[in-house]
Amino acid sequence: MSSTIVSLPDQSTARIPKINFITKENGLLSWLLTSDHKRIAILYLISITFFFTIGGALAGVIRLELLTPQSDLMAADTYNKVFTMHGVVMIFLFLVPSVPATLGNFLIPLMIGAKDLALPKINLLSWYLYIAGGILVLYTMISGGVDTGWTFTTPLSTHYVNTNVLTTGMAIFIAGFSSIFTGLNFIVTIHKMRAPGMTWFRLPLFVWSNYAASILMVLGTPVLAIALVLVALERTVGIGVFDPTKGGDPLLFQHLFWFYSHPAVYIMILPGMGVISEVISAFSRKRVFGYTAVAFSSVAIAVFGFFVWEHHMFIMGVSSYSMLVFSLLTMLVAVPSAIKIFNWTFTLYKGSITFETPMLYAFGFMGLFTIGGLTGVFLGTSGTDIHLTETYFIVAHFHFVMVGGMLMAYLAGIHFWWPKITGRMYPEKISQLAAVVTFIGFNFTFFPQFILGTLGMPRRYAAYPPEFQILNVFSTAGATILGVGYLLPILYLTWSLKYGEIAGNNPWQATGLEWQIQSPPLTENFLEVPVMDHDAYDYEWLERQKEKEVASAG
Amino acid sequence: MPDSPAIAHDELETGHPAHPSYQRHHFATMDQQADATSFAMWLFLLTEIMFFGGMFTAYLIYRNWYYPAFVAGSHQLSIFWGTLNTGVLISSSFTMAMGVWYAETRRKQGLVLCLIATFVLGLGFLGIKSIEYAEKIEKHHVPGLHYSVKSFVDPASDKAASEYGDKPLALDMARHTELYFFLYFAMTGMHALHMIIGICILGYMIFRARAGDYTDGHISFVENFGLYWHFVDIIWIFLFPLLYLISRHA
Repeated sequence: MSSTIVSLPDQSTARIPKINFITKENGLLSWLLTSDHKRIAILYLISITFFFTIGGALAGVIRLELLTPQSDLMAADTYNKVFTMHGVVMIFLFLVPSVPATLGNFLIPLMIGAKDLALPKINLLSWYLYIAGGILVLYTMISGGVDTGWTFTTPLSTHYVNTNVLTTGMAIFIAGFSSIFTGLNFIVTIHKMRAPGMTWFRLPLFVWSNYAASILMVLGTPVLAIALVLVALERTVGIGVFDPTKGGDPLLFQHLFWFYSHPAVYIMILPGMGVISEVISAFSRKRVFGYTAVAFSSVAIAVFGFFVWEHHMFIMGVSSYSMLVFSLLTMLVAVPSAIKIFNWTFTLYKGSITFETPMLYAFGFMGLFTIGGLTGVFLGTSGTDIHLTETYFIVAHFHFVMVGGMLMAYLAGIHFWWPKITGRMYPEKISQLAAVVTFIGFNFTFFPQFILGTLGMPRRYAAYPPEFQILNVFSTAGATILGVGYLLPILYLTWSLKYGEIAGNNPWQATGLEWQIQSPPLTENFLEVPVMDHDAYDYEWLERQKEKEVASAG
Repeated sequence: MPDSPAIAHDELETGHPAHPSYQRHHFATMDQQADATSFAMWLFLLTEIMFFGGMFTAYLIYRNWYYPAFVAGSHQLSIFWGTLNTGVLISSSFTMAMGVWYAETRRKQGLVLCLIATFVLGLGFLGIKSIEYAEKIEKHHVPGLHYSVKSFVDPASDKAASEYGDKPLALDMARHTELYFFLYFAMTGMHALHMIIGICILGYMIFRARAGDYTDGHISFVENFGLYWHFVDIIWIFLFPLLYLISRHA
């Protein structure tokens, strides 16, 4: 096994650069009123970690309840509230902003050679909206919770439940605008702020995939907003738009809701795929195979993503002809996803692969996302979907994509760019251990749920028949291991802020523009406007740069 | 990596080329800034289209299902006020466009006048709208609040309905007029909300324009606000035929 590509500066003389975006200004206000994209990324990083912890704790409580067949840890309606809050927090406050708002915010201007995002104040506004939405969610939780599930299905949400639908709806409405502004900012920045020579096909694939996700945020989120406004009006005034007794149609809500919420899963996964492209290339020392195909597959996923929403409604009385069409369209999404997986695999082929932590997470992503994606094809097929929908198979499927895929990608990205963000390395051995623990824990948790689903265990119930217990015990045990896997990075990354090794500019010998500047970067990012004169992932260019440096130093 | 970051830092503070005070630090040129902000505005308008799109979809579906109720509902709207309001709004778009032109040609007096005219016309639109809303409230045509189907099951009792010679609707269909009026209030209400936000911003702009802003060559704000104002206008251009003129071709 080849050892490592990590090259750190001499630790006895190396220093963190005295002036950087963290040290430039001090005081709480300098953070709360900042317009620096890197500082806003840090604000986001702290806040989404906070909400991830809450969502994770709720997941733990769910698994604990499901340890036994009876509903004994909590009452059934409490359980409903817990899984609803788990879904709302994890989706709207963690997964949607996870990679774009933290890594995307930090890296997109650096990767395209700009000083900041195009609209820095809008960027800060988006963080405040996120926080406002988050506080409303916390308020909802404290004041009694909501139990509709994160999908707010009508007429349950409009006519039957007596919980905090309105405040949760408002929270998501507000958090939605935070996501619209992030997406809008990215699109404008990528179009208008690229450095000289940075053509579209020299952009790192991370930028491409965030661009595709931004299109979804900008076009999809407003539809969710109006759907929530209509639910609120139906609940308060009784306008009848979703009420069959007045001629309205509850299914219309589902159409509007899933028109956003299906593309939303691509908002969550696409930026993660961008991270994987960067990591795979850096740790196999090769240009990503089929760069153009990978770039366009992101856009293809975004476009196809808008035409598959009805597959969430196959059992809700939609026409069987439209089921045929939406089934086919759903399977089409598998094509660009497979293009990515195959291209990453070909990138590995004959690469000089090393196994640093980000790469381990990336391998985890590739395996788990493939399983998650393929089971998605099962569910897109209307016949199997009718058997499997509303069972644990669905739960396992989207957790394979979201947790196995997205969260692995997020952690890969956090580890990969941690030296750039903080200027210090994370401890390698324990983080490799954490990556492996996460992978094992994940499979223990969610693989049994596929089996439970095919056996017919329904989702969203606090109790289940005793014959399902053994698999549920497996799943809960796995969740405990998974919990350790997530706790470890929080601990050692915090530790590394003070005690980590000095990383230097480019510990991975990677090619992106962000690696050619100091870590942590200056507030202005670049001392002079960079000129891009080579393709992305051009490792020969990097070699030549190093030779030049040696020559001039000698 | 500079050995002494302080020196590099000084260079940054003083070394960059002079630029107008309204150019933000992170843009290389003024053109880039103007380009980026107007592109952002267009994208924002795109999100607005998607936002209204949800309601237009609901309208299309229910109009197809309950066509007679929608026809009877539209007869309750006043063509006179609707047309007048369309005229008022188009005029306000004209004055707004003129305002942008005055800003481009750096004429403060004209800009201020145009902004005030737009402001007044906007308020006029809302005034006329409130006359129409008041009539709906009197006739119990506000969905959810003591909604009454009397005008539709017994059109003879209603002046507007009898003028059009409406036939009585079966109670079942008549109740679906509530959906029509919900869509009427939701769509025109959301439109009016956008008008109110626009009028507030106009007030601020009049204040700034009188102090000499926007006529110093930096017109992005006026230009982008103009885009917003025209967009709100265009929404109305779609609402007017859909809500008022739905059965006039017959």
